[in-house]
Amino acid sequence: MKKYIFISLILLTACNKDIVEVNQTFPMLSATYSDSAAGKWKTILGFQPDTYPTNAPLPSNDAGFLQQLNDIAALQKNATPEDMANLRYWGTGGVLRWNEILRELVAKYNLPPVENADGTYPIPSANNPLAYPFFPFANPPYAARAYAYVSAAQYDALVTAYFWKSRWKRLPAYQLDNRIQPMLTDNGGNCYPSADAVIYGVTGTMLRLLFPGEVTYINQQLAKHRKARLLAGMETASDLDAGEALGNTIAQLYIQRARTDGAGAAVAIVNGVNLWKVFEDDCIARNEIPWMSMESPKRPPMLPFFGKVKPFLFDSATMVTTLRPLPPPSTRSIAFQKELEEVRYYSQNQTRERLRIVHFWADGVGTYTPPGHWNAIAAEEFVKLKWSEVRWARAFALLNMSLMDAAIVCWDAKYTYYNPRPSQVDNSIKTLTGLPNFPAYTSGHSTFSGAAAEILGYLVPSRKQAFSEMAAEASMSRLYGAIHYRSDCTAGLASGKKVGEFAVKRAMADGAGN
Amino acid sequence: MTTHRLIVRIGAILLGAIPGQLKAQTDADGIMMGKNLFCGGIMTATSSWNQYWEGTLLRSNANLGSVKTTMIGPMGSWGVTKQLNLIFSLPYVQTRATAGTLTGLNGFQDFSLTAKYRLYRLKKNISTFSVFGIAGISTPVQDYVKDLLPVSIGLGSRNLTMRAMLDYQYINFFVTASGSYIARSNIFIDRTAYYTTRMIYSNEVAMPDATYSNFRMGFRNKEIVAEAVADVWTTLGGFDITKNNMPFPSNQMNQTRIGINGKYEPTRWKGISLTAAFYQTINGRNMGRASFAQAGFFYIFNFSKKQGKTISLSPR
Repeated sequence: MKKYIFISLILLTACNKDIVEVNQTFPMLSATYSDSAAGKWKTILGFQPDTYPTNAPLPSNDAGFLQQLNDIAALQKNATPEDMANLRYWGTGGVLRWNEILRELVAKYNLPPVENADGTYPIPSANNPLAYPFFPFANPPYAARAYAYVSAAQYDALVTAYFWKSRWKRLPAYQLDNRIQPMLTDNGGNCYPSADAVIYGVTGTMLRLLFPGEVTYINQQLAKHRKARLLAGMETASDLDAGEALGNTIAQLYIQRARTDGAGAAVAIVNGVNLWKVFEDDCIARNEIPWMSMESPKRPPMLPFFGKVKPFLFDSATMVTTLRPLPPPSTRSIAFQKELEEVRYYSQNQTRERLRIVHFWADGVGTYTPPGHWNAIAAEEFVKLKWSEVRWARAFALLNMSLMDAAIVCWDAKYTYYNPRPSQVDNSIKTLTGLPNFPAYTSGHSTFSGAAAEILGYLVPSRKQAFSEMAAEASMSRLYGAIHYRSDCTAGLASGKKVGEFAVKRAMADGAGN
Repeated sequence: MTTHRLIVRIGAILLGAIPGQLKAQTDADGIMMGKNLFCGGIMTATSSWNQYWEGTLLRSNANLGSVKTTMIGPMGSWGVTKQLNLIFSLPYVQTRATAGTLTGLNGFQDFSLTAKYRLYRLKKNISTFSVFGIAGISTPVQDYVKDLLPVSIGLGSRNLTMRAMLDYQYINFFVTASGSYIARSNIFIDRTAYYTTRMIYSNEVAMPDATYSNFRMGFRNKEIVAEAVADVWTTLGGFDITKNNMPFPSNQMNQTRIGINGKYEPTRWKGISLTAAFYQTINGRNMGRASFAQAGFFYIFNFSKKQGKTISLSPR
């Protein structure tokens, strides 16, 4: 009998297609420190939290407020299993979950448009996001910028919220009404304005701008987050409403910045005129081989003016003087030929282990991009650290500002030097992953990874060495994949590290400690 | 006298088009090997497509050009009894794209072992009706790259195939129909997160099961088999390739093919068997519109004690 049970179990296991998803196993947020003084941390945009006031909360004996407590008690009494699952999903933390949602949207929208019948390529339009080509094409620079804006806005909004929280000192609902149970860990009491609502308020507004075709989905997630918080037994409807409103207010500051940061012009095509041709002409004038699209039909290079976007951690002038890497080996030099030879070697001598490395880090079309990959890596580390929401937001803001600024520095180098890809110079070189449609020097993956490893190594010192090794592997994966020369990788890693150092400098001075 | 025919038709379910999965298909015909006969040999096949279905949209891609898959490998069939045959194959697969920069891949793909059992046979004058039950397993022989479609050499799942088949022969004319259910194991890829219709944070990919139907009719005698074949592969689930995206192993890959298949066993060179086939994909989803050609060379060894009288290649 036992034998049959055993056999049936094996058969059942064989048929079981369920997959353990890492992010479904994350623990509920339970902060070791509440960071209740975070209202004094430095905001990224440099404003004082009291610049954006909140209305005084309803007194706890107000009839309307008492009704809100009644509503929570009723909600808890009638909670369905789906409500509880939703509670546990959001209970891991709002910053974490919205970062995941953003990564998902990036992956969904990271698809280059198909060519038109005449061989030209359509450009996605924010005004018509649902008509093909869908807006946005969430390529790595676009994604890096989206991650940065969302995370930085979340951080500033939460610092503002924490300032007002410790001002108003609203007790959690379960302490005001003994019918109400705390269904999640109470991470710091002061419930007005709600930190979670600040997060969904600020993020919802940012995402509706960045992914205008996803407004319905974004609003659904927002409603679920709100419902989870009501059920949690801490914040009342008015606490949540105040948080959402404050989040919206801070989001507007970032939307203002986004409209004027230069990203809108990054495509470098105006009324069909290819403004990016200037880079090609410069390159030819220097007597070098200019980059050429290897796609068929030839696709305009990706976001040529992204190097002109306004960075978060330094100004554009600093970038040019201190962060722009020295030129790559001349395409006419012996050094270049040697580098090309090495790429040819990796193209022709594939091993399973190198293929694994190439594909582990590829993060190409249809993925959350390299910045998203570093966000996923960071999230898995952060869940172990039992941080408060505001510290989560700070960490992602520092990471994602580094990644966006790394994209800017890298794109500046790519178009300044306009260096050809190995396969362009030697068309016998086959690539082990998709060949990106922009110049080679420096490697984007390397720059992103250098920046990410540097700031993450500061935030999680025990993992500094591991991050550094991961960055080195990510960097080399592009050489193994035969899409980059070694100098693209080493120069990218080095300039990324410098970008990360700016973030570390900021982190040391923002008042948060560590 | 055992009168069972050697099986040498190797169809190759060229799931090929996109995934490049090639599979022996002698388990889809109504022919059995006699007891103690072993038929072994080499099969080669090639497929090519320059259009594919992105979801249901048929398109070309100038960055791939034509995707060509070639396969070569040993294949054999063993007559355990006259009712039970065991069939194996182990293809070596090589892929390449004629345009763009993407590399091709190559390597040994999946070992498959199939038991084909004749459950029932009714002979009446000049007609024969047979029922078969067939079960097979296949498993990758190495951890090849699955997640670089369309140049991956296979999809990487372990498959359990269960098939029922009916065969009717009248003089030298026959019709055969079979239906299969293919249970597929999950696979593991080289990255830790991927997007299907949502983001999944795992390196494990759920592979939907599939069904396969095969219909064939034609002429067979002791020297020749000539038949027309149609088959349909349907994946029970999975998702469509989104616009201008890369294919993924758990896409809903469907295809319908028609083709011709022939075999020649010259009477004056007893034991030798030559096969050739041609197929064309006529409809599909998330797969290439492939043309497929196959050729095989086999020899039948006799391990029964009655040496000399041995090799009966006549169908009945």
